[in-house]
Amino acid sequence: MFELLGIPPQALFGQLLLGLINGSFYAILSLGLAIIFGLLNIINFTHGAQYMMGAFVAWMLLNYAGIGYWWALLLAPVIVGATGIVIDRLFLARLRDLDHLYGLLLTFGLALIIQGLFRNQYGVSGLPYSIPPELAGGRNLGFMFLPNYRGWVVIASLAVCLATWFVIEKTRLGAYLRAATENPTLVQAFGINVPRLITLTYGFGVGLAALAGVLAAPIYSVNPNMGADLIIVVFAVVVIGGMGSILGSIVTGFGLGLIEGLTKVFYPEAAATVIFVVMVVVLLVKPAGLFGRTA
Amino acid sequence: MASVSERMATAPTTRAAVEAANLHRAIFIAIAVFLAGAPFLLYPVFLMKVLCFALFACAFNLLLGYGGLLSFGHAAYLGTASYICAHTAKVWGMPPELAILFGTAAAAALGFVFGSLAIRRQGIYFAMITLALAQMVFFFSLQAPFTGGEDGIQAVPRGRLFGLIDLSRDTTLYYLVAVIFLAGVLFIYRVIHSPFGQVLKAIRDNEPRAISLGYATNRYKLVVFTLSATLAGLAGATKAIVFQLASLTDVHWTMSGEVVLMTLVGGMGTVFGPMVGAAVIVTMQNYLAHLGAWVTVIQGIIFVICVMLFREGIIGVIAKKLKRPL
Repeated sequence: MFELLGIPPQALFGQLLLGLINGSFYAILSLGLAIIFGLLNIINFTHGAQYMMGAFVAWMLLNYAGIGYWWALLLAPVIVGATGIVIDRLFLARLRDLDHLYGLLLTFGLALIIQGLFRNQYGVSGLPYSIPPELAGGRNLGFMFLPNYRGWVVIASLAVCLATWFVIEKTRLGAYLRAATENPTLVQAFGINVPRLITLTYGFGVGLAALAGVLAAPIYSVNPNMGADLIIVVFAVVVIGGMGSILGSIVTGFGLGLIEGLTKVFYPEAAATVIFVVMVVVLLVKPAGLFGRTA
Repeated sequence: MASVSERMATAPTTRAAVEAANLHRAIFIAIAVFLAGAPFLLYPVFLMKVLCFALFACAFNLLLGYGGLLSFGHAAYLGTASYICAHTAKVWGMPPELAILFGTAAAAALGFVFGSLAIRRQGIYFAMITLALAQMVFFFSLQAPFTGGEDGIQAVPRGRLFGLIDLSRDTTLYYLVAVIFLAGVLFIYRVIHSPFGQVLKAIRDNEPRAISLGYATNRYKLVVFTLSATLAGLAGATKAIVFQLASLTDVHWTMSGEVVLMTLVGGMGTVFGPMVGAAVIVTMQNYLAHLGAWVTVIQGIIFVICVMLFREGIIGVIAKKLKRPL
């Protein structure tokens, strides 16, 4: 227990925890992507920018309006989700009948705009956002020291993921959503306002990204580029897991975070690429993805 | 079965096809004449930059416009070729023609490997896989010892072409780049109008039908992917010689986005669109360089405008007006 393969347990568990935290963000972000993809059939390239916006809105609420972390946790996703709804009404709704690749191109352009604007306004050095006082400090678990905030992020992310799973799989609204994913025309014929459902779904997916951004704000500095590279990793996570299953997205997200953490301990040079390597292996062995339904 | 339909596809049967071919020939001749005189009017280094990006965009368009495959990671091939070319020219002391050849070959090999992985999934997944693979190349380039990390490979010698012609003068090098560009785009033109290109368009328009006609569609996709990566590599290797530099910019995902934008602005699936698109975007970047991060915002706005209102691109709109394929 004192030493595993020559690695001190402090370092090992520290990296595993960091992996678990990264995994939380992968899970929430890939979940949002999967939900959006299910109904809109587009891959939301703006997702990384919207995650960044979540962190920035939290920072702005604190610095311009004096609103703290806990309210930001609620308000930032709502505000960013509302901008998502505007994006959907203004742009994406007009592209529904076209090739889905146009949705990808449009959201890519929007991501460039949003990231560029924030970079102009706030620079690239990053802004500090402190941990809320309730979660400051940490506790000694015997085998490692656990900062309270990091523990909170993992628990909160798991709760958000499971709540999303519950809403989609177990409630009436979720049933409509799943039905509209399968056959929107038929669901519309039953009197359900599918266009509105689609718009709200996009807003919800974007809100999830923003929530991840708020959770990330005290851990990483609030930075206009924080979502740009992350989203590419999340794309790889989505390819690995496949977008067919909600629980699949959650498991894949956390699992890959852990793998990344372990790589940081045992072979740090490969930590940045290990998820892409896993993607290559999955493509070779099971092209549809671990939880994918169709090839 | 396949060979019969291929032979039928080669014959330009209709008068419209003959007319289009004549028009294209006239445009290619006009481009050649323009390129011959251009360095007397415009700054050669700027022209070389445009030509490298134009070839890059044409290579990308071969895959997207004719193969229907959206790769979001084409920077990987541009950048890899540019690193290998710079390394062979600087460290191994190779002459420029061999360095470019090595760089291009490296891009071809990488394109073959990545292509065979990416074609295992379709549509949106294809775009995500190519992007993720390209990001892997980016991190590799960031960490590998020979790429020089953040500095890149600087002061790459331009050398002497075939040991005879000194390329250190911009105008001399310009004519080499112009020849490479023309050879590249004429090759792409030939591919598009070959039986292979016809099958490719059939796959783009309706893959299940092409499969039911007996075509091994995955093999066609892999070949076009490799070709596209190779030509992107040719552009990247040439670019390394021109600017005497290979850097992380060439492998970053923003570069993959830029080539998509160039193709979109000029016109996807047109022969001459990507060239025009590359010229427009490179010119814009040159004139707006002092605006810094605003360039990204402007590029994003152009993306949005193109997708919302202007999906055919500049050449696509002109072709529609003229009622001729361009």
